[in-house]
Amino acid sequence: MNFELSEEQKMLKKTAHDFLAKKYPKDLVKKLEESHKGYSQELWKEMAELGWMALVFPEEYDGIDGSFLDLVILLEEMGYNICPSPFFSTVILGGLPILMAANEEQKKELLPRIAMGELIITLALTEPNNGLEAKSVQVKATPSNGEYVIKGTKLFVSDAHVADYILCAVRTEDASDLERGITVFLVQAKSPGVQCTLLKTLARDKQCEVIFDDVHVPKENIVGTKGQGWPIIKHTLEKAAVARSAQMVGGAQAVIDMALSYSKARVQFDRPIGSFQAVQHHFTNMWADIIGSRNLVYKAAWKISEGGLAGLESAMAKARVGEAYRRVTILGHQIFGGIGFTKEHDMHLYHRLSMAGDLSFGNVDFQREMVATELGL
Amino acid sequence: MDFDFTEEEKVFRKEVDEFVREELPPDWDVKTSYWPAGYGTLAQMETEFADYASEFHRKIGKKGWLSCGWPKEYGGMNSWVKNAIVDEVMSYHRAPYGGVATWISGPTIIEVGSESMKKEWLPKIANGEATFWLGYSEPNAGSDLGSLKTRAVKNGDEFIVNGQKTWGTGAHVTDYCWLLAKTDPSARKHGSATLMIVDNKTPGIDIRPIENILGIHSFNEVFFDDVRVPEENVVGEINRGFYNVMLALQYERLIMGMGAFRRVLEELIRYVKETEYNGQLLKDDPLVRNKIASIAIEIEVIYSFYWRTAWAMDQGKFSETEASVFKLFGTELSVKIACTAMEILGLYGQLERGSKWAPLLDGWASIGYLDAISGPIGAGTSEVQRDIIAIRGLGLPRD
Ligand SMILES: Cc1cc2nc3c(=O)[nH]c(=O)nc-3n(C[C@H](O)[C@H](O)[C@H](O)COP(=O)(O)OP(=O)(O)OC[C@H]3O[C@@H](n4cnc5c(N)ncnc54)[C@H](O)[C@@H]3O)c2cc1C
Repeated sequence: MNFELSEEQKMLKKTAHDFLAKKYPKDLVKKLEESHKGYSQELWKEMAELGWMALVFPEEYDGIDGSFLDLVILLEEMGYNICPSPFFSTVILGGLPILMAANEEQKKELLPRIAMGELIITLALTEPNNGLEAKSVQVKATPSNGEYVIKGTKLFVSDAHVADYILCAVRTEDASDLERGITVFLVQAKSPGVQCTLLKTLARDKQCEVIFDDVHVPKENIVGTKGQGWPIIKHTLEKAAVARSAQMVGGAQAVIDMALSYSKARVQFDRPIGSFQAVQHHFTNMWADIIGSRNLVYKAAWKISEGGLAGLESAMAKARVGEAYRRVTILGHQIFGGIGFTKEHDMHLYHRLSMAGDLSFGNVDFQREMVATELGL
Repeated sequence: MDFDFTEEEKVFRKEVDEFVREELPPDWDVKTSYWPAGYGTLAQMETEFADYASEFHRKIGKKGWLSCGWPKEYGGMNSWVKNAIVDEVMSYHRAPYGGVATWISGPTIIEVGSESMKKEWLPKIANGEATFWLGYSEPNAGSDLGSLKTRAVKNGDEFIVNGQKTWGTGAHVTDYCWLLAKTDPSARKHGSATLMIVDNKTPGIDIRPIENILGIHSFNEVFFDDVRVPEENVVGEINRGFYNVMLALQYERLIMGMGAFRRVLEELIRYVKETEYNGQLLKDDPLVRNKIASIAIEIEVIYSFYWRTAWAMDQGKFSETEASVFKLFGTELSVKIACTAMEILGLYGQLERGSKWAPLLDGWASIGYLDAISGPIGAGTSEVQRDIIAIRGLGLPRD
């Protein structure tokens, strides 16, 4: 056993921490969240120069050959400081499934450009009033003259409004086994028939409605094998859940750090508010929530890095973090009192993200159900 | 024991309900928002709705419904239960009525005001013609209100006020400040301050907006620079301000937008009956049923505190501890309900007002998730309430 980060990981963490603190002051974060595009192209390039988009991909595709655990450490820092950007979509929702399932030609074409920060990719999965199971994928693609035609609506698609490509999970055949018959297509986001509308979300995190109105896609753009897309989606969701959890743990850590320094400085009744037992107990609860959650996230990430099945670990981590981060931001607000209820303050950014984070890739309730299933129930 | 309303109260309730339904514009539900026990989205505190709210408020005043709890001799109905009925119905419909003047200032003036003050102010307040904002908190005096620094210095038959207040909800849309200021800096904390009424239009008052986390301008920081206040505007005795504030608290505590709790529950129930998820109506999902039942039980508890408190006030048996429990439990329940709503609505819950696909009264839950945070902070934080309950209510020793 070894619970420590490696020297390289510590370096990565520190570089990321310092870079993000310097480049993403909260004024900018707020501005980006309110902007249509939602990210800064300039900083996107700088992140690419630091090798972040290349981190998790193999050297043969111009990657750095880092592990999933490395990526999780970077994401934790991105959650700590908040850096609105299509990084998560591009690397986790776009790059990882391509690395896992695409053919050699597709990988050679796409991965180096992802690694260089030249492409933005996302995943269109969720459909109206549907969940995250295989049976939830109902949008159809029908064959026609050596092409496929996609028709239907996808929701909550991150960064689709700025994406170059959208990986789209659709049903290509009706099989009695619902896990079969799902195919993943690589769709050019600017294809005729793709209509993208930005949704106004609590965290302003650029989720879109994407309507595929008879969108023609060549069959060469199938990622993996026709009809066998579900395992790609399932594993991507697993990784996304862990990756999002890492961001959330980072966010929770930022909240406790902010609140700790405030409670040492803020004086009421001639004492720093941090000296009141009631406030101290809040801190203890927050801290225990955070460290417990971080352990689960690291374990799930480690398991994925080692190439093992991590369905149980991923679901446990996401369920636990989803609850814990929400509890932490609510207590954070409580400690800040009136000042935290102002737009000008930073606390609410994390409060919004705690809920957005819980909702994404399966909330607490969904993940608990996954845990139960993994336990053989 | 009898848990029911009297016939007269039932008739009264129906009358209020019918009046409000008739009066409010049809799109009021999706134009405004109010979350139970929140302080951030009251329509009457928003500039956008100020004119309409003031007109509505006056209409309610004409009906005599702003002063139901007051003694008959001051134009009231001598019934806190009726007062509670009005507030429950109004907040159910999120009607823009009421405020500091009717909930706090009026009752305090009745208790401690001079005869001439009662004559001058009570009719205006009851008619809805004078509205107030609460000038207690300061940047360095929140929970520790006793450390306030705003000074009021006697000068002939006036006081001259200097200092800064903050978090003044609605200061920008009301007429007067219900101000607590230090009049005797040499005295011990609680014998040092005085309550007074200050006209917002007095020279030297500078009201600056603060945007809350919902992006709404609901509160303000307010600067007082040599502001002259006539001595007759002092409420109760000089240097008894803190005691008078304590008196006022008991009336304030009843005001939590009780009807909004009922409304959220009803809306959620309707939503789960109508909405399918994965091909199944949400109402048939055991987890959803369990969640709804859980908040319904707690809403029943908060209602029991509510009616019991109103009843007790009418019996002259008000309990400070129960009022604190009511405030504590209600505001924390508000947060819980917001979280539960988000869990039930799932990804749709995060969609804000005006977004495509926004559910439940056009994004109400996401508003609630932000607004609910204010309840356990405003009007005495949960930590302070717990201290009051433990020490004054349960008799535990102070440290
Ligand atoms: C939306 C909103 C509207 C408001 N409207 C008004 C208004 O109209 N007029 C007005 O005058 N005020 C208003 N307030 C102010 C409100 O009364 C104060 O925010 C509240 O009293 C807390 O004070 P504070 O914000 O300074 O927090 P602080 O007092 O600094 O408290 C910070 C934290 O320390 C804790 N703490 C402090 N003292 C103790 C203690 N002794 N023991 C344990 N814990 C302690 C608190 O519980 C809290 O968790 C409003 C506040 C909000 C959020």
